[in-house]
Amino acid sequence: MSDDPHLTGLPGMIVHDVIVPARAPWLHHVAAGQTLRIVDLEGNQAVDFLLYATQDDAERYSAQDTVAAQGNLFLREGTVLRSNEGRPMMTITATSVDYHDTIGGACSCESNTLRYGHHTKAEHACVENFLEANLQEGRGKRDIVSNINFFMNVPVEQDGALGIVDGISAPGLSVDLRAEMDVTVVVSNCPQINNPCNGFNPTPVRMIVSA
Amino acid sequence: MTASLTNPAANPLANPLAARDHARAMAGTRVEAMPMLPPAADDLPADVAADDLLWEETIAPGGYATRRIARGARLRLIDLQGDACASMLLFNAEMPSERLNVADTVKVQWNAYLGAGKLLLSDMGRVLASIVEDEAGTHDAFCGTSNAATNAAKYGEGGNSGPHPNGRDRFLLGAAKHGLGRRDVHPCVNLFKGATIAADGAIIPQIGPFAAGRRVMLRMEMDVIVILANCPHVLDPRTDWTITPLRATAWRGAVTPEGDPIRNATPEGQRAFQNVEDYFRR
Repeated sequence: MSDDPHLTGLPGMIVHDVIVPARAPWLHHVAAGQTLRIVDLEGNQAVDFLLYATQDDAERYSAQDTVAAQGNLFLREGTVLRSNEGRPMMTITATSVDYHDTIGGACSCESNTLRYGHHTKAEHACVENFLEANLQEGRGKRDIVSNINFFMNVPVEQDGALGIVDGISAPGLSVDLRAEMDVTVVVSNCPQINNPCNGFNPTPVRMIVSA
Repeated sequence: MTASLTNPAANPLANPLAARDHARAMAGTRVEAMPMLPPAADDLPADVAADDLLWEETIAPGGYATRRIARGARLRLIDLQGDACASMLLFNAEMPSERLNVADTVKVQWNAYLGAGKLLLSDMGRVLASIVEDEAGTHDAFCGTSNAATNAAKYGEGGNSGPHPNGRDRFLLGAAKHGLGRRDVHPCVNLFKGATIAADGAIIPQIGPFAAGRRVMLRMEMDVIVILANCPHVLDPRTDWTITPLRATAWRGAVTPEGDPIRNATPEGQRAFQNVEDYFRR
């Protein structure tokens, strides 16, 4: 048994364990039955997350199918992450944060010009990471859809007001995802520095896969 | 009809000219759900000339329609009988890898709900279309549309060839007619059927049925491909597959001027229009 607190409760053997640097992309194939744990090492770090069916990557995570199926916008323990064809891709089996976001999308150079001004156009952004990672496997811009933002908080007020507000995460908090099919996970460790999603300071996250 | 196959003389449609005459005899048939060519409408706004009409089509319950629409043109959608659900995809027609981004649409505008004055934003920081008028107020940027699995679960069956078509399969056919495919059917918005969000994140569907004749008017801010699927909302609680016809009318219009109030309503929107204007600076 390891005394590494980040491994506590993970089922099976560790088959992959890596630290994704601040601001960086990550791509990994997770087999059906394996569990991916994402650890927010320093706290307040948004992890932008996409999924593709490894056997047929035109099937991919669908935020809309996921929230419609559960009748709720927030991703919590027990949430089934569904594909654009309605099939279960992964299940959130544990989370030390109450809920995660899937309506806020990913930051991009282009949307940054709208949200903050054209002076932010050249800053690194999640869509740049998604593109870089997906291009390795022949996917491109058409393959980027509404994503999950683990550890990100986007409340919706009664009048519809919504926004990315201060994080609900803290150092060492984690989320576990069990693969329901063979999936390709594409992550952007969010580099955004213009809103509170990363505490204005992007930090590393740890990715652990157990089988 | 085995008998007629073996005995052509017994079948009045057994030769090509007879088949032609039979086909031609259908001309002029009018049904509720069909396009009008050339387009004609007797209820255009007073300032719209009849020869500026671009498109007049009634989309069947469970049907779909798609069209390229030029920058500046208006697209008016009417929920004719109060139970239409206009699920909509939008693409930049000259570069369809640029498409509607529902996340940016709600995030950039700091609001979850669509309505008059709201912008439909692309994934490239530009405005594809503006909602210039809205009598409905019940729209949805979150739930997406039905698929074969959800329709099969609710109605027993959900394919294009059956009685309960689903929105995703309608979108796929519409996308295919522009050379697009499964990778291009992106998250959609639903017009006329709505969803509100409770504090705990719960989705509260607004399904109606509503008063007949509610209208929504869009102004295209770029040259777009629009795909409309008219299938029951994915969270429609009714056990019967329930949907009524959707009417689409489009006419030419002026490109949005610099002083337009919707263009200038928010700093974020203004920059989205600046990005459109920059794209067309050529």
